[in-house]
Amino acid sequence: MNYLLGLLDEGWGVQLHRPVRRALVHEGTWMHATALLAAGELTLLSIWGDGSQVHMALLDAEDQHRIGVLTLQCPEGYYPSVGGAHPPAIRLERAIRDLFGFEPIGLQDPRSWLDHREGTDYPFLPVEGEGLHQIPVGPVHAGIIEPGHFRFTCDGETVVRLEQRLGYAHKGVDELFVGASLEQAARLACRVSGDSAVAISLGFARAVEAALDFTPPRRAVRLRALMAELERIANHLGDFGAICNDASFSIIQAHCAVLRERVLRAADGAFGHRLMMDRIVPGGVTVDLDAQNMAAIVGVVAEVRETFAALAKLYDETASLQDRTVATGILKPELARQFGAGGYVGRASGRVFDARKHPGYAPYDSLTFDVPVLTQGDVNARLWIRVAEVKQSLSLIEDILHGMPYGEIMTQVPIRSGEALTLTEAFRGDVLVWLRVNEGFVDRCHVRDASWFQWPLLEAVIEGNIVADFPLCNKSFNCSYSGHDL
Amino acid sequence: MLRFLREGLRRPLTEPRPPVDPAFAALAANLNETVQRRLGHSLAIRQVDAGSCNGCELEIHALNNAFYDIERFGIHFVASPRHADVLLVTGPVTHNMQQALERTWRATPDPKWVVAVGDCGADGGVFAASSAVVGGVAAVIPVDLVISGCPPSPTRLLTGLLSLFKD
Repeated sequence: MNYLLGLLDEGWGVQLHRPVRRALVHEGTWMHATALLAAGELTLLSIWGDGSQVHMALLDAEDQHRIGVLTLQCPEGYYPSVGGAHPPAIRLERAIRDLFGFEPIGLQDPRSWLDHREGTDYPFLPVEGEGLHQIPVGPVHAGIIEPGHFRFTCDGETVVRLEQRLGYAHKGVDELFVGASLEQAARLACRVSGDSAVAISLGFARAVEAALDFTPPRRAVRLRALMAELERIANHLGDFGAICNDASFSIIQAHCAVLRERVLRAADGAFGHRLMMDRIVPGGVTVDLDAQNMAAIVGVVAEVRETFAALAKLYDETASLQDRTVATGILKPELARQFGAGGYVGRASGRVFDARKHPGYAPYDSLTFDVPVLTQGDVNARLWIRVAEVKQSLSLIEDILHGMPYGEIMTQVPIRSGEALTLTEAFRGDVLVWLRVNEGFVDRCHVRDASWFQWPLLEAVIEGNIVADFPLCNKSFNCSYSGHDL
Repeated sequence: MLRFLREGLRRPLTEPRPPVDPAFAALAANLNETVQRRLGHSLAIRQVDAGSCNGCELEIHALNNAFYDIERFGIHFVASPRHADVLLVTGPVTHNMQQALERTWRATPDPKWVVAVGDCGADGGVFAASSAVVGGVAAVIPVDLVISGCPPSPTRLLTGLLSLFKD
């Protein structure tokens, strides 16, 4: 029984929505979908507002190649809440209420999320018990970090509850997309979360190309994947070092920072920007790769492979370091599944999902790589997933360079209209981009970073751990604030 | 193993001080000389993200790696505004961060400098037109130096910060 197909068949199919189906549905179908989400038959990919309607993107839990979008008209300004029965939707629905004014009927949480106009009067959840104390942290943190507020309630050293207050980096990305030219919108997509600049601009470009039904040149597709893997490696190196540093083991951090810098310099040499911003645009890429820079990338790949293997070995042989990471911040596989946790967060807790394979996109359909999965779900497992992914990405880069076709790197973007949804694998997980293009301009664009479903899980994993282990747990998730706050 | 790792860092990775950039020198000429003398050649920096996309943060982080090694110049990052001489602020400043930025600025003892980082810190950048954004850093607190770029490279950040020193 394929539940998702059944739901889509119940509604009216929308024309020009690619490459997955979208259907206008009745309230009954919408509520049926909510029940299927709660029962674990479907995974929520996102829920967002658009004019006078709400959309919900769904993934079939059995067949992870199957994605669909359900749309519900809500001219009266309310709709049946998904979050009331399926917690992963709660924050998304609170955000929709703040940005679009739609009331989710049945959502128990009346508080705003991205809208901070109530200032410091935000009502945190009450915590009652003898001897409990609270530690408020942020939005300005002690390190070089993005802004967010963490409210810890502790019993001695043990955290009994963490409550997050996010939205400080809310920049009105959704409203800026409306009416933007494709060129402006691509620049904006790149800056939704700087650490995923390549992945999100790739998701945006793929969505535009799907909506307008054209394909970029083959060489551009390969160059995009090259950039995406360089970005993944650079971020994983940074994370690996930073997690070890949070356990005061700074030598690994020092080496990882050197390797990360080498990758960024190779990217800068090859593409003219260290974070490769504005290099991927609808229609192709803006910079070609020459032989000299290709050789430089091959050199960096070799250096990272050798040195990073030694660093992973050092981590593996340092008991005092593992004492901090093993069995710390455990995410149960059941929660990872329920929240559809992407990236290393999901894969360290048994969730086999990688947008490069599910549903998959070019050129990864012609490349060979594994999706590493562990089941322990602790900080240690999230580290080892990163180690395995760096290895995979290094091999992928070699394959990408090896099979690099010659030819054009840009195709003219046709002036047409259409809608599309794409999933793209960023270093921290799948990024969803949904958009509607109208003759060269963006009507509406929704970007859902993997962080939306990872942040709430961080609240869950810290429970029962000591306060001093929070930095380790937090860094092992490394959620984006900007990518979430939009 | 340990030998390998020690060898790895023994190589001279650290690069020479970047040359003076006349554009920054011109900006720094407006700094108060008394403050420059008092703060001297040691600066404690408190970084504040007032709503950036985190691209600037990545490059500010890189200042601590072995190539740039910012601490050799006497510049280091501190955990509290109360310990800081310089607020290094990335933006755009969102409405949701405006109060926190103002309070951080008030918590920083005088004399102090504010350095706005990135095109967004300068004037709001690609987010300037948003109703959720106040604008660049100068729209909220007085700014002494702007290091533009999207994001500025670590070399550019270093050049800008070194221009705060009086020779």
